[in-house]
Amino acid sequence: MHKNWWKILGAVCVLYTVIGGLLIQVPTLPILHESIRNLYFHVPMWFSMIVLFTVAFINSIKYLSSGNENDDLMAVESVNTGIIFGFIGLASGMIWANFTWGAPWPNDPKLNSAAIATLMYLAYIVLRGSIEEEQKRAKISAVYNIFSYPVMVVLIFVLPRLTDSLHPGNGGNPGFGTYDLDNHMRMVFYPAVLGWILIGIWIMSMRYRIRLIENKRNHIHS
Amino acid sequence: MKKLVSLFCLFIISVTAFAQDKVEMADELRSSGKIYVVVAVMLLLFTAFIVYLFTIDKRIKKIEKEK
Repeated sequence: MHKNWWKILGAVCVLYTVIGGLLIQVPTLPILHESIRNLYFHVPMWFSMIVLFTVAFINSIKYLSSGNENDDLMAVESVNTGIIFGFIGLASGMIWANFTWGAPWPNDPKLNSAAIATLMYLAYIVLRGSIEEEQKRAKISAVYNIFSYPVMVVLIFVLPRLTDSLHPGNGGNPGFGTYDLDNHMRMVFYPAVLGWILIGIWIMSMRYRIRLIENKRNHIHS
Repeated sequence: MKKLVSLFCLFIISVTAFAQDKVEMADELRSSGKIYVVVAVMLLLFTAFIVYLFTIDKRIKKIEKEK
């Protein structure tokens, strides 16, 4: 059990945010009203996605320098899991936007670039599927992944900040400090982010372990 | 003096206008205690999700040991 402490920590954090996220006081703001609580659930999805894509990026570099197949497998599974979190982030954001900004897709620069970033990682999956030979596939997709990571970061964190955006912390403002977070909200928001990142890593690690077993089996049979 | 009075009047008006600007929150849900029902349901849901993750984890561990 001593190796599983971080899984339990993630679980406790997420369960805490369910209670705290609904019960702890939030600032009364116009337009947002009670929906400000979505922050505890919508934003951590993006944090998890970015952490998972970072893991994929690191593993792709590791693969290129070591040639170890397992590094490549971890990169794939990180991208797979990250895409799921990205889609949940997009979908939950659309519901929230529908009720606060008046439309599910109000052509906000952050929405568009987040969608492009997600598509870019879908292309990674397609690229992998199109190459038969294992080593070639691993190498080419590792290079693609390394290039797409900085583009994703620019798309999500840099470009929306250069123009006006509906998202807080954009349109010239430097991110976090300007979030409408008071201390009560911080008490829930940070554990929520940590919890969902850990859960994301956990799901990724399980997929990776299944991949390893599959891979071993394939090598035995062929 | 006239200026001061008008300024004061404006101030009062702005204060009352600010007070009217009440943001609607889920106060009723809170006062009736029904928010706890929502918390209970979501807690159950997320607990089930995490228990499910642990069972998958256990199964993978079992298969890993068979190898």
